[in-house]
Amino acid sequence: MKRQIPLIITFLVGFIVIFSEFIPQRFFGQISSTLEEWFLIISGFAIILGQLSLFKVNFLKIKFKQPNWPYYIVTLISFVVMVGFGAFWGTETSSGFLGDGAKIVATLGDKPFDYLFHNVYQHLSATMFSLLAFFIASAAYRAFIARNVESNLLLIAAVLVMLGNTSLGSALTGWLPESLKFLHLPRISEFIMKYPNTAGQRAIMIGAGLGLIGSSLRIILGIERSYLGGK
Amino acid sequence: MKKTILLIFLSFSFFLFAESTFTVMDAPNDDGSALIINWNIDHPDLVKIVLQKEKANGEIVVLVETDQQFGKYVDGESVTAGTEYGYQLYAFDSADQQIAKYEGFGTAKVQWFNTNKISLLFMVVVLTAAIVYFIFSAKSGKELYIRKISGLESMDESVGRATEMGKPILFVPGILDLNDMQTIAGLTILGHLAVKTAQYDTKLIVPVCRSMVLSTAKEIVKESYLKAGRPDAYDPDSVFYLTDDQFGFVAGVDGIIVREKPAANFYLGAFYAESLILAETGFASGAIQTAGTAMPSQLPFFVAACDYTLIGEELFAASAYLSKEPHQLGSLKGQDLGKAIFVIVLTAGIIMEIFGIHFLKNFLTLH
Repeated sequence: MKRQIPLIITFLVGFIVIFSEFIPQRFFGQISSTLEEWFLIISGFAIILGQLSLFKVNFLKIKFKQPNWPYYIVTLISFVVMVGFGAFWGTETSSGFLGDGAKIVATLGDKPFDYLFHNVYQHLSATMFSLLAFFIASAAYRAFIARNVESNLLLIAAVLVMLGNTSLGSALTGWLPESLKFLHLPRISEFIMKYPNTAGQRAIMIGAGLGLIGSSLRIILGIERSYLGGK
Repeated sequence: MKKTILLIFLSFSFFLFAESTFTVMDAPNDDGSALIINWNIDHPDLVKIVLQKEKANGEIVVLVETDQQFGKYVDGESVTAGTEYGYQLYAFDSADQQIAKYEGFGTAKVQWFNTNKISLLFMVVVLTAAIVYFIFSAKSGKELYIRKISGLESMDESVGRATEMGKPILFVPGILDLNDMQTIAGLTILGHLAVKTAQYDTKLIVPVCRSMVLSTAKEIVKESYLKAGRPDAYDPDSVFYLTDDQFGFVAGVDGIIVREKPAANFYLGAFYAESLILAETGFASGAIQTAGTAMPSQLPFFVAACDYTLIGEELFAASAYLSKEPHQLGSLKGQDLGKAIFVIVLTAGIIMEIFGIHFLKNFLTLH
């Protein structure tokens, strides 16, 4: 029974959502939107579980002085400070327990939570994102090493696309006559991106779409049960 | 000459017999919440048109004020199915004098089937039929060939390597919530992986980005340890929440990779810009890496930085593939048949389009 009830719920909910896609009756639409609201409510409660997990895991690591434990103090302090500031003086759009903290706003120019958000969090986030530029370079270097036919093709395509997107590409082939315009690097680059690249991406998307339908059907029909845990 | 005279006559007759039209009709394929008003006013002095609606309480509301002599307005504001609504259209000249008035009535109706989605229904029915057929076929004992997916075959190798090295295994189920199918697919693979880590007594680390995923992943790992007969080896803190924030999560996972140096990393789920940051950090740490996502823009990054990559559908097929259960494998086979049918349909569509026959394209286009 413990296993049957979730399977029945999954079956019913799955079919209602599928029906609501094809039957424009208000009843189905309402059920579908109600289910989405339920999901939001449940995820709202689950956030508390997430925060508790974060606190517990970090606290235990500090308590038992596990390797690198000072890092976890930073996490906990950041967590407590942001939650505290948000709760006491609110955020940009809401007030906290102690109001809007007019005096602090006069000094910092922002509410404490927003001040930290704009001056600390956003910069840290941008820093992490910036790392991507360096990682792209290192990954591209490895991917473009000519080892076999496929990697050679990849290397040639990459060089053509990269050159075609720079002014160097235009300069290199700009002198070609009108009759050989199709050999202009920006045109070749555009061709590669527009046709082989789009075709490949669409093939993956069609495959993924079919896989998604297959996977959803397995879950709705109760064939796939591992998401419930166990077999 | 005759043709020219005929053409001139037809042109003039159009102006002579052209009639102004004003229609109110039910919007098709909806839940009875909209009416469509069309007008085509043929008047030489026309400068302005005002369309108004009379509400049930008698209140008059102006819907459109335009200089377009023909147009369409979809009234989806406070329209109730089964109630008759009256609309009036007034035409004005340059002196703002009313030159014509038209009136129309319409009742919105609830439809039982959205005919715009008939092609989608057709595709779903074909795919479902193929899957169901192969499930029954597999249940009857028929041998089914499923091609080898090396990314999944490597799971044993990864767990074995981690066990030999005495290092943990890192599993990241993407950064989206449980309402994304990729996350569910990733979690089902986590269940299979957790059984193996329980059997080999290898440490498993599962940082998650969403609280709902945390609860589900915890249950899955716990059940897997029970299934493997090692409930004592289950560590409730092996699955933990980091943050909902994309780059905060990446920073946390990167920190774990650098500090814990896992022997094997699994990135299975939905990923965005963080995919390469995670995969490159994992590569630098020397871990054997398996990734899988249905995000086409992130796949090249995973292919470049990981040892094995599950591309699109392979991620969704993983659970069925790993389970080795006949009916699950049957569903995979059905999925493959569906794919073959779509390849044929696509090829036929391309050929038909080349010859100027647009039937298939029009049929498959979702409006």
